[in-house]
Amino acid sequence: MIPVDDAALVRFLEADGTFAPSPAAEPYRQAVESLSDADLETFYRDMAVIRAFDVQATNLQRQGQLALWPPSYGQEAAQVGSARAARAQDHLFPSYREHVVTKIRGVDPIDIIRVMRGLTHGGWDPTDPKNGNTHIYTLVLGSQTLHATGFGMGLVFDGRCGTGDLDRDEAVIVYYGDGASSQGDVHEAMVFAGSYRTPEVFFLQNNQWAISVPVATQSRSPLYKRGEGYGMPSTLIDGNDVLASWAVTRTALDEARAGGGPQAIEAMTYRLGAHTTSDDPTKYRTSDEEESWRRRDPIARMKAFLIGKGASDAFFADVDAESQALADDVRTRTNALGGLERDDMFAHVYSEQHPLVDEQRQWLADYEASFEGGAS
Amino acid sequence: MPFSRAINAGLRAALSGSDRVLLMGEDIGKLGGVFRVTEGLQAEFGEQRVLDTPLAESGLVGTAIGLAMAGFRPVVEIQFDGFVFPAFDQITTQLAKLTNRHEGALQMPVVIRIPYGGHIGAVEHHQESPEAYFTHTAGLRVVSPSTPNDGYWMIQDAIASPDPVIFLEPKSKYWQKGEVDTSARALPLHASRIVRRGTDITLVGHGAMVTTMLQAAALAEAEGTSIEVVDLRSLSPVDYGPILDSVRRTGRMVYAQEAPGFTSLGSEVAASVMERAFYALEAPVLRVSGFDVPFPPAKLEGAYLPDADRILEAVDRSLAY
Repeated sequence: MIPVDDAALVRFLEADGTFAPSPAAEPYRQAVESLSDADLETFYRDMAVIRAFDVQATNLQRQGQLALWPPSYGQEAAQVGSARAARAQDHLFPSYREHVVTKIRGVDPIDIIRVMRGLTHGGWDPTDPKNGNTHIYTLVLGSQTLHATGFGMGLVFDGRCGTGDLDRDEAVIVYYGDGASSQGDVHEAMVFAGSYRTPEVFFLQNNQWAISVPVATQSRSPLYKRGEGYGMPSTLIDGNDVLASWAVTRTALDEARAGGGPQAIEAMTYRLGAHTTSDDPTKYRTSDEEESWRRRDPIARMKAFLIGKGASDAFFADVDAESQALADDVRTRTNALGGLERDDMFAHVYSEQHPLVDEQRQWLADYEASFEGGAS
Repeated sequence: MPFSRAINAGLRAALSGSDRVLLMGEDIGKLGGVFRVTEGLQAEFGEQRVLDTPLAESGLVGTAIGLAMAGFRPVVEIQFDGFVFPAFDQITTQLAKLTNRHEGALQMPVVIRIPYGGHIGAVEHHQESPEAYFTHTAGLRVVSPSTPNDGYWMIQDAIASPDPVIFLEPKSKYWQKGEVDTSARALPLHASRIVRRGTDITLVGHGAMVTTMLQAAALAEAEGTSIEVVDLRSLSPVDYGPILDSVRRTGRMVYAQEAPGFTSLGSEVAASVMERAFYALEAPVLRVSGFDVPFPPAKLEGAYLPDADRILEAVDRSLAY
């Protein structure tokens, strides 16, 4: 593992919940201190509730209800901080593990379940206002960084950023991982983003492992330093510190929307679970390593911080109740999800009629109809 | 008007018709493209409508997808056929499937222009015929104009399409002149067309091969054989109506293409015609194609590419049944 560059690392909360800004965090200190107690409790609630959802979804997969599940367990702080930092008018391009990002923006978690259950390759409409400008998951690594950059180019061309109005100017945030950072598309996205000065934040969640390949095999230098090569300000944060994630992402998004061009953030975090339910982390990493990261758990850290600030038992009980309610609701609704019609595979291949698709849809319908009543 | 100028005029009409239309590509602005197809358009419409992009094909197509998501209608130029492969992932895994993955909520009106095919004596990766890769991918539409008039109209229709269109330009035809009727289009984007009437056999093909088929037909006529020639125009979807009508009249068919024959467009059309018009056929449908080898060095392209003689050899074989 590449040693973390402590001098560059933005961190507010120590692993035990102590508020102790690192030297690199000082420029963001004022922003963090402007957060209300209610804001801080919201961050905690977001993280805890999605962990319950994530555990429930993992269980559903183990019970055969889902084809696959990519756990977000352990990465909650990076995701919650960055998603809460985005303003309502911003556009989000997730990869495939950003469960709490999508939930914060309004996407119904059951829509992610539909993807992983094999009912759709998309699941929600990014143009529907209730989904908060959140695009669908992309499984081909790094592809979405180009889509986000193209979208950002569109914002530039349409004058939807850089006017000086932070409440109206739009920005883009794109999520990808340490494994995806090896993909050529991420390089090309950064080249285009730099060329067209897109209002965009490249948000890299370095969870240390690309399935079984450690980040040291992906890069000989810290990943956040790559951003500098494309001419974009790049910041390293403790990805298990929701305050660092929020403050740095809020600043970067606002700089991008104001015309400052693309920005890069590397969130140093860890997936405590498997890459997906298909792999077995015990085959490629040690329990000592997992345990060392477990001691840096983002939720325990925030809970200790909130208790220190005097958060009530009633608050934590309420979060626990909400978590349980979401998990129960997801289980109930997953079991109630209907199937697909055979015809559905022919829908939306094209926006305009296509004779080959039409012919094959008709053939299948006729074929199926030929069995009906055939025995009589 | 030359074919390249006709496409240029079609692009100009599309750019004038909607400020959401953008052209993107390497060297398409100040230079006007290596084949000068976009010449003058950046000067006329500005650097924000006609973009000289970084040299990165996946980046070109991937950002065009994002621009389409932001409400634009990007037209991407790939400089040469063999350079499309770095963008192949974005085209096949993303562009082709995003409307489907969005369950119809998003449309992907992106056009990918690709100069393709041989006959210009170029170096490696500059003379390929990659059409089968794209026709094999659901979600893409693939077209290839063979005349200036089609170049003018089909590029406008491709840009107007809500679906992604792979727009294959037979590069050896860029300097070929022909009449362009700018007052009205002759055919919709996905129609095939009978370009020459005949009674003895039907030749079907696309792109630059249409000219070669017409040469073959003229030579055959002198020997007393009447050849009908069909220009496919749309490679996906294929408009089988005119082809089947023709084959039912002539009873014979040969497909001619520059691409290698194995699992090619000609294979697909031949199989489909045999399925749909078997009892009308007097002979098996034959294919004339490039060989199943990498496109050879330019000094051998004359031996690789089908010419009128190779087409007539197939015609003779068919007539001998």
